[in-house]
Amino acid sequence: MFVARSIAADHRDLIHDVSFDFHGRRMATCSSDQSVKVWDKSENGDWHCTASWKVCINSYYTEILLFLFYFCREIFSRSGNVCLRSWKTTHSGSVWRVTWAHPEFGQVLASCSFDRTAAVWEEIVGESNDKLRGQSHWVKRTTLVDSRTSVTDVKFAPKHMGLMLATCSADGVVRIYEAPDVMNLSQWSLQHEISCKLSCSCISWNPSSSRAHSPMIAVGSDDNSPNILAKVQIYEYNENTRKYAKAEALMTVTDPVHDIAFAPNLGRSFHILAVATKDVRIFTLKPLRKELTSSGGLTKFEIHIVAQFDNHNSQVWRVSWNITGTVLASSGDDGCVRLWKANYMDNWKCTGILKGNGSPVNGSSQQGIFNASLGSANTSLQNSLNGSSASRKQS
Amino acid sequence: MEEPDTEPPLTVVPGADPARTQLCFEWGPAEMLLCETLFGRRGGERRGAPGGSAGPAPTGCGVAGGGDGALGPSRVFVVRRDQDIYMETLRKLFNESHGIFVGLQRCEEERAARARNAQLVQVSKNYRSVIRACMEDMHQAAISARDSALHSQYSIQLCFFQVSILSAMELIWNLCEILFVEAAPAGPLLLRLLDWVQLHICDVDNMVREVLGSENPSKHKLFWNVVDIFVLQGRMDEARHLLSKEAIANPTSMNMYKILDDLMKKMPVPSLGNTQTLTEMELKWQHWHEECQRYLQDGTFASNSHMESICKILLGDENAILEKKELMTTWYHFLVTRLLYSHPTVKPMELRFYAQSSMDMFLGEESNPEPLDTILMAAFEFELHQVIKECSVALSNWWFVAHLTDLLDHCKLLQSHNLYFGSNMREFLLLEYASGLFSHHSLWQLGVDYFDHCPEYGRVYLELHIERIPLNTEQKALKVLRICEQRQMHEQVRSICKIMAMKALRNNRLGSALSWSIRAKDAAFATLISDRFLKDYCERGYFSDLDLIDNLGPSMLLSDRLTFLGKYREFHRLYGEKRFSEAARLLLMLMTAHIAPCSFWMTLLTDALPLLEQKEVIFSAEQTYELMRCLEDLTARKLDKQKFQDDDVETMKVEMLRLALARNLARVIVKEGTLEGS
Repeated sequence: MFVARSIAADHRDLIHDVSFDFHGRRMATCSSDQSVKVWDKSENGDWHCTASWKVCINSYYTEILLFLFYFCREIFSRSGNVCLRSWKTTHSGSVWRVTWAHPEFGQVLASCSFDRTAAVWEEIVGESNDKLRGQSHWVKRTTLVDSRTSVTDVKFAPKHMGLMLATCSADGVVRIYEAPDVMNLSQWSLQHEISCKLSCSCISWNPSSSRAHSPMIAVGSDDNSPNILAKVQIYEYNENTRKYAKAEALMTVTDPVHDIAFAPNLGRSFHILAVATKDVRIFTLKPLRKELTSSGGLTKFEIHIVAQFDNHNSQVWRVSWNITGTVLASSGDDGCVRLWKANYMDNWKCTGILKGNGSPVNGSSQQGIFNASLGSANTSLQNSLNGSSASRKQS
Repeated sequence: MEEPDTEPPLTVVPGADPARTQLCFEWGPAEMLLCETLFGRRGGERRGAPGGSAGPAPTGCGVAGGGDGALGPSRVFVVRRDQDIYMETLRKLFNESHGIFVGLQRCEEERAARARNAQLVQVSKNYRSVIRACMEDMHQAAISARDSALHSQYSIQLCFFQVSILSAMELIWNLCEILFVEAAPAGPLLLRLLDWVQLHICDVDNMVREVLGSENPSKHKLFWNVVDIFVLQGRMDEARHLLSKEAIANPTSMNMYKILDDLMKKMPVPSLGNTQTLTEMELKWQHWHEECQRYLQDGTFASNSHMESICKILLGDENAILEKKELMTTWYHFLVTRLLYSHPTVKPMELRFYAQSSMDMFLGEESNPEPLDTILMAAFEFELHQVIKECSVALSNWWFVAHLTDLLDHCKLLQSHNLYFGSNMREFLLLEYASGLFSHHSLWQLGVDYFDHCPEYGRVYLELHIERIPLNTEQKALKVLRICEQRQMHEQVRSICKIMAMKALRNNRLGSALSWSIRAKDAAFATLISDRFLKDYCERGYFSDLDLIDNLGPSMLLSDRLTFLGKYREFHRLYGEKRFSEAARLLLMLMTAHIAPCSFWMTLLTDALPLLEQKEVIFSAEQTYELMRCLEDLTARKLDKQKFQDDDVETMKVEMLRLALARNLARVIVKEGTLEGS
């Protein structure tokens, strides 16, 4: 791994999330400065910000607005969104997560934020002058206001399920929305509300499109009250009842969970789930045959922990799989991103570390950085080559 | 086999302070994104309700203006996994080895076992010559870059660094070729190893060239060094040639030269053919060895220390050989020289003992073996897995291990390691290599063939990678599509077409959107686009993309709306060609067979108007009744839906239609009546 490029993101506060689109040609960033930015990669590999939308109100003012907003919400309940919706704001609070829908549905983003909402954005093919300036135009298609607390995660469902998204919130509710008409993204219907009892921090859809697997979503909780409740729950869609029901809970995970990720399925019969808690854990979930399960139609799983790493020494905040599900990356309080990979003998180990060097860098925009590229292993190989030289005899 | 317990490679992200911040990341198909963040603040914010600095960490809104202070300007880092993939100079290596790889996979079935070994050796040599060609290109590039002074010191260094990596790869590959692929038996084995050393130890070549190029080689101060080099590398003829020059210059010691020359000439060498057996060879060699011993003991060469040391070398005296350490430069040269003069008929399985002791003797106690040493040692020990493992740790790319392992697997040398992540080591490494290729914007096409030859996971890997190829242009989309279609990857084909259709629709290119959605067999989307076409037609009065609609063919049946669009256009064509009765029949059919959407009936009836008003009668009486019924159905439905709508235009249209229909009916009754009567 090597750092090929650095991009000045120009957010005025902490970036909370950065997200690639399906093809890796666009990215979106979101930040505590309450804005979302979209970046496009040009033919020569440079990244340009092509859209950015945010509120430019000073912080004091925002606080008052926020207060007003919550006040109104209490009074008007669900219809109270008139209060602040007229403000063309992203979110009146930190934007936690931003994520892209599959390009089959067009250019669509979803974001979730501290202000108890999630939003769906769509890019409109620009007016000619927009295009000339290299800018694109995004409009908010909907605001999902069902949550009563901060919305902590938002994820689009695997594309074979249609245009669906799930949100989870600090009050312990997972909500699944669907856009029945993919050409009209202003209509989203709340399909399911799953009450998880515990404050939710993260969700992950099972990406398997196999007919053998029902739609499935894993939910992690960062509830840190001293209890021994399972902090990872797995919900499965039941064709008969047309509802999501709890299929499993990972009883061994009792510490707060910050992130959770199903691996791409690769045609396997079982599922792999990574969990970020006080350490990195990798579980396999093997569905037991249906006839062996007693409870009406729900799949039961044989759960094994296949790896557990405490190398981050403290809390782990993010886990995510590469597109083939062969490398897991995790980020922790040690300031490092660690890469985990199983070799051909199914032996998991750390195969790389990404770590800051702590030196302040001036905000130069884009530069090729090759300093880190000569790995230590390579240089040592070179050293051992002193005996042979470059100018070789012809064979 | 134990995992080599090495520290995982560290990638430094400039600027980010690991003590104060965490890194947020995101995987992409080819790259990874990183940026500094503080995950902990999230919890703090959530607890600290709106109102400011309630929690230990300030809320996001509270400090939005000034940032955190502790953080510099926010930056996002793009991280790539495999630098070598992006090296322009290595493209040739990737491209040409791809051809060899594909050839190797294909020829498998055809060949008989006997020819097979020779063929595999040839493949191995082809791989090596690609490495060599690439190395020379790169060396040239490095030299010209250095001369032109246009390039940074760093890039030149990198170039030379790559050259040395490539030469190490070739060295290792060559040894593996001798030991594993060719599996040379005792006798020829030594000759191969000699070739190997001669090919790769070339630090001394400059010295040789200098001496041979001088006017009087025998007077050159390095003369004896060069003779020693020749002897150490077993290049007897060259050594004798040099010595003869010296002999002419020194007539006094002519006899001594003659004896040494004779010894060197008579030295038995293992032959490549089957003309002599090993025992024969050993016998001859024993005899020759005794002769050398005799000369050394009776002091024939005592007067010339150089010649005496050569004689000692011929006798395989380890100390005498080690004295020439400088001229051998590496332990493996020492090993081969030692074998040449003391164990010329060494068996493959005995190599490990000599190799280990040679390395110990040559490097001494104190020095640690470098990665290259351990790799070569593992090869001498015939520890195949160890070689591959060490190589994958030491080399920065997967090219080497993937291709070498594949070749060794074709030699049936790898025991299967059936594991769920990749059926065996070969597949595991090929998958890694091909995944790397897929992260490059143009090399990905090579990766396809590598995935094709991974029986277990190749297909899913290809599916996952290929759908992530950016579809910047229609051309590229078609290329990706073709690859998917050839492999019956239906879901990917559908997805690509759908993405392209969506993209075209967003840009208002209806024709393109329609043809992509037909390809995707996406009925719902085709309906949607057909509606757009019809809507556009109603607004503008003409169709765009006529070519496409005229040539829909059987794909018209994908959706009802598309069928209607195609048929409706056909009606217009018939009308344009003045084939009125056919046009009329089609128009009526569109309504009676309920192909046309109800919302469109009014338009269709209006289209009937000019036909009704033609001089000759077109609609038959029956057809006219049908038309009338359609009109009444429509108006009745309208009334149901929206009570009464005083749309003047609409009512006028209806009136006009009724009139026209009535007139037509009158005309047709008269006409049909007269026809029947006559």
